[in-house]
Amino acid sequence: MTDTITFGQEVSNLLHAAEGEPLKTCIQCGTCSGTCPVAGYMDNSPRQIIALINLGKKDQVLESNTFWYCASCYYCTVRCPQEINITELMYALKRYSIWKSRYKEGLIGPTFSEAFVKMIVRGGRSFEPILATSYIFSFNTREFVQEIQGATELLLKGRLPVLPARIKRLENFRRMIGRIIPMGGLE
Amino acid sequence: MKEFAYFPGCSLEKMASSYHMSAMETTKQLGVKLNELDDWNCCGATTYFYIDELLAYTLCARNLAIAEKTGLDVVAPCSACYKNMFFTVAHLKKDADLAEHVNFALEEDNLHFSGNVNVKHLIEVFAQDIGPDELKRKVTKPLEGMRVAPYYGCQIVRPQKEKEDVEQPQFFEEMLTAIGATPVNYPLKMRCCGGSLIISSRTAALTMVRNLLQSAVDAQATVIATACPMCQVNLEVYQQQVNLEFGTNFSVPVMYFTQLVGLALGISNKKLGIGKEFVAMAPTPLPVQKTWD
Repeated sequence: MTDTITFGQEVSNLLHAAEGEPLKTCIQCGTCSGTCPVAGYMDNSPRQIIALINLGKKDQVLESNTFWYCASCYYCTVRCPQEINITELMYALKRYSIWKSRYKEGLIGPTFSEAFVKMIVRGGRSFEPILATSYIFSFNTREFVQEIQGATELLLKGRLPVLPARIKRLENFRRMIGRIIPMGGLE
Repeated sequence: MKEFAYFPGCSLEKMASSYHMSAMETTKQLGVKLNELDDWNCCGATTYFYIDELLAYTLCARNLAIAEKTGLDVVAPCSACYKNMFFTVAHLKKDADLAEHVNFALEEDNLHFSGNVNVKHLIEVFAQDIGPDELKRKVTKPLEGMRVAPYYGCQIVRPQKEKEDVEQPQFFEEMLTAIGATPVNYPLKMRCCGGSLIISSRTAALTMVRNLLQSAVDAQATVIATACPMCQVNLEVYQQQVNLEFGTNFSVPVMYFTQLVGLALGISNKKLGIGKEFVAMAPTPLPVQKTWD
């Protein structure tokens, strides 16, 4: 018995309801990478990420943009012949990387998701204009201008809210969340 | 009359208000009653699960607990809301420890979730509870000659729930046929629109949108039908950005399936929220004289 756990075991512990180490059953067939619509933009394909985890290459995994480029489309998951829930793995790696505050520089995903959760904790519902401030300044000028034009047209068509929607029992709602996560970190 | 608890989700409040309007109008005409859940909260989209799993399940469970009190099955028109709620029920039923943690938090809002709720996507209500035969009987203005790309997207059909067909489902095509339209063979019908990557990994998402639009054009579709507000926004609102990015010239209308069903039921454009699009649909051709049997 050893008291240190491998990176692979650490990741397996983050997979909801998984038994044992599902990633160990990967046969490296590449069906996931062949199916993934975003694989071409990833530093490492989904197949490679699984191989890297199994090899214990923690730094290389955390420095990869792969899981932040996963769109959660579950195509790999329904096709994996070993029934590995690869999408769930990508979620787990996102959580792990946020938890450890270690992610590749220049990614919008981590700050965007934290801003999203803070927004929901505040009002209970989504409010796009606030959310936009979490990412729009990371865009280059051309993207920035396009996004503003799109938003303006949405507004003119009555498709953007001007005031944030709030749920009625917000106090209860916030105390409920307080039972799950310390609110201090999200204020 | 069939009755459901209805969880509209955040997008349907404004961004996709036309989906909400057309869902209410068409279901009413088809004898289905949708009762909006009292004081519902955001389902978390994909993002809660990036941050904290327990929080994600709790937020979904709050809506489910509110629905459970009504004794009705819950219906979500958005694919992300649907997937989150469906799998929250499944996980909480299987995992007593998770359910206990979630219910401990729900106490703060005087709620408890026992797992006695079925979750459906709105398109399943049309495909299963109403069904193509009944739909066809109610059609007054069949969409003759309208070539429609049935865009399933991701989270209606994936992950797999039981043994249903996750590669080549046909229920969308059958519904379009029932309203007199022509569903085209749309090879990318199961591919992802990019979801929130449109914000976090823009170039990747715009490429995915471009491929979907090109596939629809190649199939000679005049309109793409969708069942998800994320898909609608990515394919339609970002179409102009695709054109700027890739030098393309797409002008493909992207409508909610409820809007097309509504047109076939003879409901007015206004009531279906038609007119809020970036890419307008060609006016419906005058009804062809024909006996409809």
